[in-house]
Amino acid sequence: MTYILILVGCVFVNNVVLSQFMGICAFLGVSKQIKSSVGMGGAVIFVMVCATAITYPLYMLLERFEVTYLKTVAFILVIAMFVQLVEIVMKKKMHALYKALGVYLPLITTNCAVLGVTLGNINNEYTFLESLTNALGTGLAFTLALVLFSGVRSRIENNDFPQAFKGVPATLIAAAIVSVSFMGFTGMMQ
Amino acid sequence: MNEERKTLYEFTKGIIKENPVLVTLLGMCPTLAVTVLAQNGIGMGLATTFVLVCSNAVISLLKNVIPKAVRLPCFIVIIAGFVTFIDFIMKGFLPELHSALGVFLQLITVNCIILGRAEAFASRNTIGRSVLDGLGMGIGFTLALFTMGSVREILGLGSWFGMKIPYLCDNPMTIFIMPAGGFFVLGCLIALVNKIANRKPPMEISCDSCPNAAICKGQCKTQEGA
Repeated sequence: MTYILILVGCVFVNNVVLSQFMGICAFLGVSKQIKSSVGMGGAVIFVMVCATAITYPLYMLLERFEVTYLKTVAFILVIAMFVQLVEIVMKKKMHALYKALGVYLPLITTNCAVLGVTLGNINNEYTFLESLTNALGTGLAFTLALVLFSGVRSRIENNDFPQAFKGVPATLIAAAIVSVSFMGFTGMMQ
Repeated sequence: MNEERKTLYEFTKGIIKENPVLVTLLGMCPTLAVTVLAQNGIGMGLATTFVLVCSNAVISLLKNVIPKAVRLPCFIVIIAGFVTFIDFIMKGFLPELHSALGVFLQLITVNCIILGRAEAFASRNTIGRSVLDGLGMGIGFTLALFTMGSVREILGLGSWFGMKIPYLCDNPMTIFIMPAGGFFVLGCLIALVNKIANRKPPMEISCDSCPNAAICKGQCKTQEGA
């Protein structure tokens, strides 16, 4: 039950993009087409779950030596190395997957949602399995927001806005409206 | 004279002309997340400025030592070091602000402004100019956050720096301190800056200041997928 609660909470109630504001750059940059949104989302889910699986034991190691204040440095370094490694392995061994996800991988190192999830797991004192669920849920939430929003964006693309609002301002205001729709889920928890 | 003016420009460009948030659209995550109160905006802005100036200084000093192939991980470690430092200082001296900013203080590490400036400016310029650039960009970021925070606090809570504003505080528009209000206010601010500067607004987030531009070459937006 806890796992379902965490999953639902991540995807709908506390959506990582629309209510916690993590990964906005990727959200606005890549959400132009549904295809690229799905690709980015898939890459984020994969990296988030793997990064959590790596950083959780790493944190225990840091705790053992009483240097938990190094967690930001250690986590981001491990995530950056892991993403590079995955990219190299994918390029050599899994070409089809690389074609689908490869370009998004370097972008993910600097996606604050990934570091945010791993740090959030520690701050919320989740167990290992709960952390993995949280990572999966956050990744799904990111993908959902991206895919939904790319649909909205394709509709507003050619609309007649005032000159000053064309482009990014209009996109942000559309994001505000999508965010309002997610506020409807607020009462679902507790 | 010309040289002097050029140096001064490194400082002033970040404040308005190349404002990181409102013009080049970087560092949107903290801009939207922490600006519920004007005070939080200033705190976040100053913390980021500190990290930006220090990391710009160190990176410009080490630019000839860091191998090109692994420069991004090196930059990230330097930045993360300073973030840990400011995290400690804030926890010690400003515990309230520290808990208000929450995880976003640690997420300064992956703020695209800092990595973007390191890649685009500090790794190619002298220490003096890099520090000025960092200071200007930091002040521009702080100003943008302060404006966002003020608008949201005044409309959403009816107060400013905790001071109650008559009439508004009895009828606050709570939507402005909710996530949706953040997107809305930022969109309007960018549009306002466009209007005042009489400039064509950016159609999308550009690759100019993306730290990954060298690897990705804009493919992330056009890739058709397999």
